Amino acid sequence: MEYEVNIGIEIHAELLTKSKVFCSCPVQFGAPPNTLTCPVCLGLPGALPVLNKKAVEYAILTALALNCKINRNAIFHRKNYFYPDLPKNYQISQYDTPIGVQGFLEIETSKERKRIRIRRVHLEEDTGKLIHSGGRITGSDMSFIDFNRSGVPLLEIVSEPDISSPEEAKEYLTNIRDILVFLGVCDGKMEEGSMRCEANVSIRPKGSEKLGTKTELKNINSFRAVERALQYEIDRQIDIVSKGKEVIQETRHWDEKNERTISMRSKEEAHDYRYFPEPDLVPLEIDDAWIERLRSQIPELPEEKYERYKDLGLTPYEAKLLAHDLEMSIFFDETIKLYNNPKNIANWLLVDVTKELKDRNKVITQTLITPQLMTELLTLIDEGRISGRIAKEILPEVIDKGLSPRKIIEERNLVQITDVSELASVIEQVIKENASVVEEYKKGKEKSFMFLVGQVMKLTKGKANPKLVNELLKKTLG
Amino acid sequence: MDLADLTAHELLTLISKREIAPKDVVKSCIDRIERCEPLIKAYLYIRDPEEIINSVREDMPYSAIPIAIKDNILVRGLPNTCASKILSNFIAPYNATVIEKLKEKSFNITGKTNLDEFAMGSSTENSAFGPTRNPWDLERVPGGSSGGSAASVAIGSSIWALGSDTGGSIRQPASFCGVVGLKPTYGTVSRYGLVAFASSLDQIGPITKDVTDCALLYSFINGHDPNDSTSLNVEPYRYSPLTGDIRGMKIGLIKELLVEGIDPSVERCIRDAVKTFQDLGAIVEEVSLPHISYSVPTYYILAPAEASSNLARFDGVRYGFRAGGKTAEEMMSNTRGEGFGPEVKRRIMLGTYVLSAGYYEAFYLKALKFRNLIAGDFKKAFERFDVLISPTSPILPFKLGEKVENPLEMYLSDICTIPINLAGLPAISIPCGFVNNLPVGLQIIGPVFSESRLFEVAYGFEQAMPFHKRRPQLGGNTYGV
Amino acid sequence: MLSIEEVIHIERLARLKLTDKEREIYRNQLNDVLNYAAKLDEIDTSNVPPMYHVLPVTNVLREDIPRNNFSLEDALNNAPLKEEGFFVIPPILGGEE
Ligand SMILES: [Mg+2]
Ligand SMILES: [Zn+2]
Repeated sequence: MEYEVNIGIEIHAELLTKSKVFCSCPVQFGAPPNTLTCPVCLGLPGALPVLNKKAVEYAILTALALNCKINRNAIFHRKNYFYPDLPKNYQISQYDTPIGVQGFLEIETSKERKRIRIRRVHLEEDTGKLIHSGGRITGSDMSFIDFNRSGVPLLEIVSEPDISSPEEAKEYLTNIRDILVFLGVCDGKMEEGSMRCEANVSIRPKGSEKLGTKTELKNINSFRAVERALQYEIDRQIDIVSKGKEVIQETRHWDEKNERTISMRSKEEAHDYRYFPEPDLVPLEIDDAWIERLRSQIPELPEEKYERYKDLGLTPYEAKLLAHDLEMSIFFDETIKLYNNPKNIANWLLVDVTKELKDRNKVITQTLITPQLMTELLTLIDEGRISGRIAKEILPEVIDKGLSPRKIIEERNLVQITDVSELASVIEQVIKENASVVEEYKKGKEKSFMFLVGQVMKLTKGKANPKLVNELLKKTLG
Repeated sequence: MDLADLTAHELLTLISKREIAPKDVVKSCIDRIERCEPLIKAYLYIRDPEEIINSVREDMPYSAIPIAIKDNILVRGLPNTCASKILSNFIAPYNATVIEKLKEKSFNITGKTNLDEFAMGSSTENSAFGPTRNPWDLERVPGGSSGGSAASVAIGSSIWALGSDTGGSIRQPASFCGVVGLKPTYGTVSRYGLVAFASSLDQIGPITKDVTDCALLYSFINGHDPNDSTSLNVEPYRYSPLTGDIRGMKIGLIKELLVEGIDPSVERCIRDAVKTFQDLGAIVEEVSLPHISYSVPTYYILAPAEASSNLARFDGVRYGFRAGGKTAEEMMSNTRGEGFGPEVKRRIMLGTYVLSAGYYEAFYLKALKFRNLIAGDFKKAFERFDVLISPTSPILPFKLGEKVENPLEMYLSDICTIPINLAGLPAISIPCGFVNNLPVGLQIIGPVFSESRLFEVAYGFEQAMPFHKRRPQLGGNTYGV
Repeated sequence: MLSIEEVIHIERLARLKLTDKEREIYRNQLNDVLNYAAKLDEIDTSNVPPMYHVLPVTNVLREDIPRNNFSLEDALNNAPLKEEGFFVIPPILGGEE
């Protein structure tokens, strides 16, 4: 039998505010345990929350970017459950009036362009971090708690189960990540936990109306893991069903090391969060003026960039690579204002510059190259003052030291030789010194010609204009 | 009469005239603590007398007027138990906003006063550390939950005090102890640093010997606090001398609060108060608030619901008492099972139940609708009346142990005070008579932000009928231990 | 009438270990209060909006300015068990795997 797959994804993204969502403690990573805490985020008796305006604005921005409707009257609820990393034993979250509802995101798969509906976007607080002695949940003799993360603003983004393959899931996730990064609201680093993902997965016979029993997948900690975890779980479910058994509704844990999903086997407890409106906070009233002000702050997102880059003549492949790389696309956009050959810039950025950056494990803004320097470099090539080879040679210095390409070539005398008489004398020398090769060429061995060109380049330290060398050499050899 | 029997404003006048030395007041209160505290047990914690005396500063007059703080309002460095085993070893690591405000004026704190555990109760019997006794009759309760604060002011072991009021917890003990207590408009006094019972109902307020002191103390604690999102950004109340002129004022006597289960002697005192107001030139008429009789069930759904969530943080993880347990979950359940007393557990169970799946609409949501109806009744009444009056409690101070077996009966006796919290209104309780040497309290209720009007009405009454001048025998010089 | 199973369910939701005796007492007392609360069924409130807040205030917001004036000592002073800056508790689940 053939099966259809339904995947819904729930993302928790830590917002890049300077302070926590309900208190003024700094949001910061790597601080010593419990040093970024206060009565509010430790859940001390008597402490009260006060909402961070920036966190609300980031939530609205994201909701708008994901085509959501904004709830004009959004309120916070308490989600009541006991867990030692949750200091108040309730999480301040949103329930029936999330900030954004009914949005969507369009993704492109190898087959089609597809719209994934987004059910809700809401704001809540993060928990503290539990560390188990021995490193595993079970079997450890003590647990340690650090509340530095407690109260960091979290954005929860929940999709409808519209995703039908692991490939689509990854595409959806990376698109969301890119949007968050472009908006500047989250750094999107799954491996560091600043973006976390859970998925619910179900299968059903092709054509069937009713969704199958879903399992909830947790502990997917990298983009790499998304596809593999989902594929494993789909295969597992198909295997169960094709044996005539039934999938049980449960939470399963992705075991990265052994590449499998395992049942959480936690004590059976029906979730009963006893949501009720948070009496310590007053409602949010989000009016048109506020929404429009925020809407105007939304930068160009990858999707729009992609379309624009294609219009500039880039291939879809080039356009996509550039459009989804925030720093590179900004660099590109700045450069095309100075230098009117987008194709050429894209080529240089995506090949040579990217290679240099990879070697250094840096993004472009962490180096000293600027759109001005890039323009200078490309103009020198266009003017025939240096060859592409020379340009590639000096690129590292431009990147590392921010030196002007013009100055480099002048100081080191790297300007291309375009003087015919100067080249003619070099050619004469090469012919003289390689009489046997010249003979071979004259007998029809084409390769020998390339060798002779190479010799000219060598003697000129690469400065000779290759086109000119070709012409002159051909003429001289007759 | 000792200095401890005087009011704050009387003492401040004497100090400013240099008729008494500031330290004499403090010493008088300490003397009162030493003599009466073993019988009354108003305090759970008393600062070192030496320290209290040394805290007096010549240039800061309020440092000479000792103040007692209910043990659910955090004072940095002092224990804060909420009269619960679960916080028996907790030292407050920060100050409540009201305490910050008092510290600006160098207020001199005597100690932390007893209460019903987590402010849940009307008798101060639900304290893990034993009950407080009523200074007017040691066999009787001082009311609650701010029973320690009210008893302390009545006996003179402090000159004034702070309490908290969720369903009457300032006004009812003030009434039972023959002192003045104000439950301010919701949002006028910061709740930051008040251990939450029911967040949408809680308010801190003053407990004093007379109305002038009440107005004075209120002026120091009210005002906007950016740390409390429900604190209102309005012009704060500032004290100015009261006149008590209430001629032409329209006063509504709430009909429904004079019927159900009221003690006839209490009703007589209220009827007498009506006459006094009429003599003072006010117009008094009966008014009906049709939904007010639904206040108690509404309250006993909303308050426990909020409490069940507010008290979830007491789990033995970060502070307070911790019981044993092999797993974190076991430890948390045991901590809470052993750490909370019966009334608190009862309300947590009740609150958890009414919020649980399938019951939210039937209980919690419905109660919120009744809250709207009750608030609407008041709003309508204030279209016709400047203030409303009722008894503060329908009954006289009862004997210790008399009502512990029947929680529902105890809940029902909060009928007069609860509706005011539900509607977020200000109300003051003042002494309006005595029955068999037991005080009776009159409740005066106003629309939001009408505290200054309440003070005028209360002051007018107080000047005409100075019941507030009476002191319990126990405190006087004649009584020795 | 509330069943004992319901009482145990509530007890577990509230992380409140009760004795059998307590369960029986609370079962009865909760019943009394809930029966009394049925008084609220006397009036049809289907058209009455719920009152979440007594005061009509919205948008109380704080600027995103970080501040940190609570010391590690303040945070840990009351901890029943602590180690190297962490709060320490018994393990999350039992020993079995
Ligand atoms: Mg969430
Ligand atoms: Zn904090």
